[in-house]
Amino acid sequence: MKAIWKEKAVKLLLLSTASTTILIVISIFVFLGKEAGPFVVEPGLKELLSTRWMPVSFQKESFGILPLITGSLLVTCLAALLMVPFGIGASVYISELAKPLEREILKPFIEILAGIPSVVIGFFGFVVLVPLIKACFRLSSGLTALAGGILLAIMAIPTVISISEDAIRSVPTSYKEASLALGASKMQTIWKVTVPAALPGITAAIMLGIGRVIGETMAVMMVTGNAALITAWPFDSVRTMTATIAAEMGEVAFGSVHYRALFCVGIVLLLATFGLNVVAQKVLKKYRVA
Amino acid sequence: MSLKIRKNVKEATVSTFLLAAILVAAFGCARRSDQAEGEKRFITIKGSDTMVHLVSNWAQAFMQKNPGIEVSVTGGGSGTGIAALLNGTTDICAASRKIKNNELMLAIEKHIQPNEIAVARDGIAVIVNPANPVDELTIEQLGKIFTGKSSRWSDFSGPDEKIIVLSRESSSGTYVFFQEMVLKKQDYMTDAKLMPATSTIIQSVSTDRWSIGYVGLGYALAAKDKVKILAIKADENSPAILPSEQTVKSGQYIISRPLYLYLNGQPKGTLKEFVDFCLSNEGQAIVQETGYVVVK
Repeated sequence: MKAIWKEKAVKLLLLSTASTTILIVISIFVFLGKEAGPFVVEPGLKELLSTRWMPVSFQKESFGILPLITGSLLVTCLAALLMVPFGIGASVYISELAKPLEREILKPFIEILAGIPSVVIGFFGFVVLVPLIKACFRLSSGLTALAGGILLAIMAIPTVISISEDAIRSVPTSYKEASLALGASKMQTIWKVTVPAALPGITAAIMLGIGRVIGETMAVMMVTGNAALITAWPFDSVRTMTATIAAEMGEVAFGSVHYRALFCVGIVLLLATFGLNVVAQKVLKKYRVA
Repeated sequence: MSLKIRKNVKEATVSTFLLAAILVAAFGCARRSDQAEGEKRFITIKGSDTMVHLVSNWAQAFMQKNPGIEVSVTGGGSGTGIAALLNGTTDICAASRKIKNNELMLAIEKHIQPNEIAVARDGIAVIVNPANPVDELTIEQLGKIFTGKSSRWSDFSGPDEKIIVLSRESSSGTYVFFQEMVLKKQDYMTDAKLMPATSTIIQSVSTDRWSIGYVGLGYALAAKDKVKILAIKADENSPAILPSEQTVKSGQYIISRPLYLYLNGQPKGTLKEFVDFCLSNEGQAIVQETGYVVVK
């Protein structure tokens, strides 16, 4: 009898630790909503849709988050463009073509890359990558969306590689054997059979990578120049949502309109990453069942 | 001169780290000693990032002279410091700008009387790449550049190249001061690149040929071999003045501002000792060593 109670107590304890995360997520949503809420009343949501982000001004403060959203979007798209070929290429090589020794060498390096703090990557970007971009494309300044995209891709690639590698590895060997038995070459098997079979997993990997990219702050803040422009040109300077929050939260007067606006930016950011994660999880789940 | 300042900035950095380490250690036993006697043994100072070096140097010298008193210094920005003063979470606030009206209203609400003491001056140097032929600009021309009304160096007898405008982030007291003093309260151009730190402005100006930015005088002098400091004219007919300790002190160089300490009411006891120390000859010598300009 006593033993059963004990077991129940332990189970309850474990349940409570597990559900803490739910509590935290909910309280974050509530807190963000509470702090941003008054913005809806004064000056109203319409203000957020303006095209100008000028929070400190003697003339008229504007809190249009469109330039921040397009900024994040542009940097994210550039990062995704780089992330996809590198991520898939590397994961295919490691899971299908690499000799065991090569794998032994490659894997730890990818893990090390994943572990480098983003400030350090940002510092590297600022000192090495920015002047390099400036020289390569003959720009007057290398502080561009492209610099941000490249750095973010570097940061997200390890995530993409390890998840898509798992996906490729878990494609049943019978598929490959069948393909090879039909006379297909190794390359044909990889691109026509293995990769398509692992595609849902690879898609999820890319989405999780993008999720990391949108939320990244320090590295982007150091290299994109942070000018709040609406642009789709990779050689322009952009201001991302994360950099805006990080740069401005420290000095903003508590409870001011600017403070509320920053929380609104936070909500948009949260919804974006939340949406991506949900979709990625769904894709991953579907693929596991199949 | 430049060597000396550079050395001091370096020393300041080292001492800031040391101080931080000491403070972490001190925090543990602070509460105990805080109210042991009637006299305050533990002072907290919070505020302007521009002033962190200066205030840490003061704090260190003050603690050496007064063993048993601990001074904690943190940055975060002038706004953060003033908010902390109003919330009663700091004894002294260091601010690189005057308290704003809405902050004063809040202070009255909370029955706090902010007491402003000017403790030093800071010149803001305008810097360009050493390869840039332009040597001097008027305040009006600077205003045109930073608001985006002039976008090419050819407007100022330079080559026909686009001007890359670098500014601090809007959270910086320097951003607001420069906007008020040089831009005459107009908005910065939206193309201006907002850099997260003074050091990143210096680094960018030293690598991008056609960029222009503004930084505190101490930092500009320390990086003298990497960037060119512009001479500034108050208007078309005034002489062009290079920023230096003398020209900032005499008021000839006009892009300069006072740096303040804010307290709640008249300083008493240990707080008064600290403020008096900052204004003493010894304290003002530290101002000079750190790269700022004395008030007296």
